[in-house]
Amino acid sequence: MVNETKTYTLSILVENKPGVLTRVTGLFARRAFNIHSLAVGTTEDVKVSRITIVTDESQAPIEQITLQLQKLINVLKVQILDSAKSVHREIVLIKVNTRQGKDSVRPEVIGVANLFRVKVVDVAAESITIEATGKESKLEALVQALLPYEILEIVRSGTIAISRGRDIINLHREFGENNL
Amino acid sequence: MLRVGKGDKLVKDSNSDYLDGSHILVRTLEDLGVDTVFGLPGGAILTVYDALENSTKFRHILVRHEQGAGHAASGYAISSGKPGVVMVTSGPAATNLVTAIADANMDSVPLVVITGQVATNLIGTDAFQEADIVGITLPVVKHSFLITESSDISSRISAAFHIATTGRPGVVLVDITKTAMTSYAHYNFNQKFELPGFNPKQQPEHQCLQAAIELIINSSRPVILAGGGTVRAKASENLLKFAKLIHAPVVTTLQARGVIPDSDMHSLGMVGMHGTIASAAAVQKCDLLIALGARFSDRVTGKINEFAAYAKVIHADIDPAEIGKNRQVDAPLFGDLNETLNLLIESLTAEKYTAQDRSNWWKYLENLQIEYPLYLDNEHAEESARNGMGALSPQSVIQKVGQIAKKYDENAIFVSGVGQHQMWASQFLGHEKPHNWVQSAGLGTMGYAIPAALGAKAARSNNAVWVIDGDGCFQMTNQELATSRLTGLPIKIMLINNGTLGMPRQWQTLLFNKHYSQTDLHDGPDGWSKEIVYGDGEEKGGAPNSGIPNFVKLAESYDCLAIRVTRLEEVEDAIEKAAKENERPVVIEFVVAKDALVFPMVPAGKSNNSIMYTPTVQPLLDDGNIGNRIEGEE
Ligand SMILES: Cc1ncc(C[n+]2csc(CCOP(=O)(O)OP(=O)(O)O)c2C)c(N)n1
Ligand SMILES: [Mg+2]
Repeated sequence: MVNETKTYTLSILVENKPGVLTRVTGLFARRAFNIHSLAVGTTEDVKVSRITIVTDESQAPIEQITLQLQKLINVLKVQILDSAKSVHREIVLIKVNTRQGKDSVRPEVIGVANLFRVKVVDVAAESITIEATGKESKLEALVQALLPYEILEIVRSGTIAISRGRDIINLHREFGENNL
Repeated sequence: MLRVGKGDKLVKDSNSDYLDGSHILVRTLEDLGVDTVFGLPGGAILTVYDALENSTKFRHILVRHEQGAGHAASGYAISSGKPGVVMVTSGPAATNLVTAIADANMDSVPLVVITGQVATNLIGTDAFQEADIVGITLPVVKHSFLITESSDISSRISAAFHIATTGRPGVVLVDITKTAMTSYAHYNFNQKFELPGFNPKQQPEHQCLQAAIELIINSSRPVILAGGGTVRAKASENLLKFAKLIHAPVVTTLQARGVIPDSDMHSLGMVGMHGTIASAAAVQKCDLLIALGARFSDRVTGKINEFAAYAKVIHADIDPAEIGKNRQVDAPLFGDLNETLNLLIESLTAEKYTAQDRSNWWKYLENLQIEYPLYLDNEHAEESARNGMGALSPQSVIQKVGQIAKKYDENAIFVSGVGQHQMWASQFLGHEKPHNWVQSAGLGTMGYAIPAALGAKAARSNNAVWVIDGDGCFQMTNQELATSRLTGLPIKIMLINNGTLGMPRQWQTLLFNKHYSQTDLHDGPDGWSKEIVYGDGEEKGGAPNSGIPNFVKLAESYDCLAIRVTRLEEVEDAIEKAAKENERPVVIEFVVAKDALVFPMVPAGKSNNSIMYTPTVQPLLDDGNIGNRIEGEE
C-alpha cells in the first residue's frame, strides 16, 4: 500500500455548519483530486471544525487544490502541514484471528503488539484487537508484521496533524471571535 | 394596521416590522434595490406570491418554464451588470433550473436564485415536491443557503447578493422552507451577515505588478488575451487604453466579444476553435501573453502544451484559483481587473514607458488579416440554391443583421443560441461595445437565447434586442415568446434555419465521413422528408424538408410579426421590417444552406498551429514562420 506519489496533509479550518463537509469532499470529487484519508472534528472554538485531508498531486498541483478550497465560502483557512514541521498521527484498530486450526496464536500476536509497544484493547476466545497510534509508516509496519496471522478487520481513523512549536492559527485574532 | 390574511391568520401589513417570512423576503428584495424578478409560482412558494402586491417595488416577470427564468435572469445580468434574480417553487421547479444555474455559474454571471422548499419538519421525508436542490446544485453554484427560520431570511438574502456580486461573480442559491416563509420575525434591513471565509482580494501585489511591467517592457511580440472577466469587471475602457499604451494586438474569447471594438485597429477578433487566423498566429507566436480575465479554456487553447509555447505569461484575474490552473504563469496578478489595469497603466506611464518598435510583429499580423479575412462561404449557399434547397448564406444574413441593427441602435443587444449560428454571430455581427453580447459560452446551452433575450430586454427596454437563433435551439425554449409578447418585452429573433443540428453535423461532415446520424431535424420514416416541400403557396423554393414545425405559423400563434425569407433579395427588407417593429416580438426565418461550415476551425484537442482557414488550407503550418520566429526578425 506504499504510495509512489508524494502526499500532502491539508489542515482545513471550516465553519461548523451543516453541509460544509459535503462541499469540501464534493470539491475533491468534482475536480478529480484524490483523498487518501480524511478526519474531521471540532476545534478550540465550537463554531469552527478542522478537516484533515491527505491528498496528492496526481491530478493538480497542491497549490491549485488549496486555492480551490479557499474559494469555498465556508472555508476559513487552508494550511499545508509539512511533515518536518508538524506532528502527524493516526489511530488504527486491528482485529486478528487467534485460532489457527486447532492451535491458538494469541501469544505470538501479543508478542508482535509488545514489539511495537502498542496496546491490546480486546481479548476474546478466538480474536484479539490491537490499538495503535503513530505515524502512518509505523502503522504500515505493524500491519505488515501482522499479515502472517489472519487479520479480520482494520479500522483506521485517518491522519490528524498539528504544527510543531508555537506556530498556530489564532482563530480569534485572525477572524475576530464574534465574526465566526 | 392588521388585516386578515389567507387561512384566517392575522397578517401584519407590510408597514409594520413584525412580518411573516414571505413578506420579509419581498421587503428585503425591495430594500436591496431589486427591480426585476423572473419566476413562476407553485405550492412551496405561494405565500411569497401572495405577498406580491401592486405596490411591490419590483416587477415580477412570469415565464413559461423555470429554465427560462434562469436564462432570463442571466441575460438581464449580462446586459445590465446587475445581479439577476429568480424565484421558483420546490421540487420540479427547482430541478428545472439546474441547467440555467450551471450555465450562469460557468460564465461567472451573478444570480440570486430563490427556491421554495417543503416545510422544515418534512425535509428528508420524500414529501410532495421535495427535492434536495442545495445538494443537487452543489457542484454548480458559487454558494448556497438553506433557510429554515424566518429570522434568517433578510440577512441570508443580503449575504447571497454580496457573494453573487463580489469577487468572481457567480450563482448563489437560497432554498427557503415553507416554515420559514410562514413564521414571523422582526424585519430590519441592513442586518449584518458574517462571512469570515470570504474576502476576495481586490489588488495585485506590488512585486507581481513590477514583474509584469518588466515583462511588458522586454517584449517584442506581446498579445493581450481578453476574456469574459474584462466584461464582468467593466474594464473595456482601460483595456483599450492599455492596448494603445503598449501598442499590442488584442484577441478576445467568445465571451468577451465587444469588449474592444471589432473596428479598432488593435483588435484581431476572436481567438480559439473558430477564431481568426491572425488571432491564432498572435497567440501562437507571441513572446508575451497578457491574459486578462480569461481562464484558458480548451476551446481557446487547443492542445494546451502547444499553446503560446514560446510566451511568458502575465495572468490577471479576480479568482486566484484560475491562475496557474491550466497554464503556468510568470506574473500572477490577483484582483479586480479594472483596478489592475489602472495600476499597470499608471506604473507604465510613471516610468515614461513608450512602446518599442513592433512593426515586424504588426506587419506579420496585418498581412494575415488581409490574407485570411472572415470566411463568408457563399459556395455552399450557391450549391444549395442550385439544388433547390436553402439558398441563403447564413454568414451573409448575420452580417446584414449586424449592420442594420446597429444602424437603428448603436447600442443594440445581440443574443445568441448555441451552435453554428452562434459562431457566425460572434464572427459576423460586428461587436463594438461590451455588455451587448449575450450568449452561453462555457456550458454551451442550447435554448439559451430566447429567454436570455427576454431578460436583456427587461434590463434595457430602450435598446433593441436581436436574437440570432438556430432551428434546433429555438425548439428548446420558444415557449417564452408568450412571455415576450404578454409582458411587453419584444425581442427580434433572426432564426437561422438550416434544417439541422448544424454544429454536430459539421463535425460529422469533417470527422465522421458525413455519417449524419440523428442531426437532421426533418428525418422521419423513409421518404417522409421528401414528400412535403417546405414553403407555402407561391413561396416554394425553400429547403425541401418536412415543414415541421412551420416556424411562421408557430410565431404567429404567439402574435409575433413572422416572415419567412428564402431569397437573397428579401433579406434586407425583412430585417428592416424587424428593426421597425417595436410592439410585438419578431421572428424572421431565414432558410439557409444546410452545408454551410464554420471556419476557421481548430479541431478539438489539436494545436492552434493546425488551424484550418478552409478544409484544405492551414496557414500557420506552412507559412514559413517556423517556431517562434516571424519573417523579418533575426
Ligand atoms: C442542451 C444542449 N444539447 C445538446 C447540445 C449539443 N449541440 C451543440 S450545437 C447543437 C446544434 C444546435 O442546433 P441549431 O440550434 O439548429 O444551431 P445550428 O448549429 O444549426 O446553427 C447541438 C445539438 C448543446 N450544446 N446543448
Ligand atoms: Mg440548425
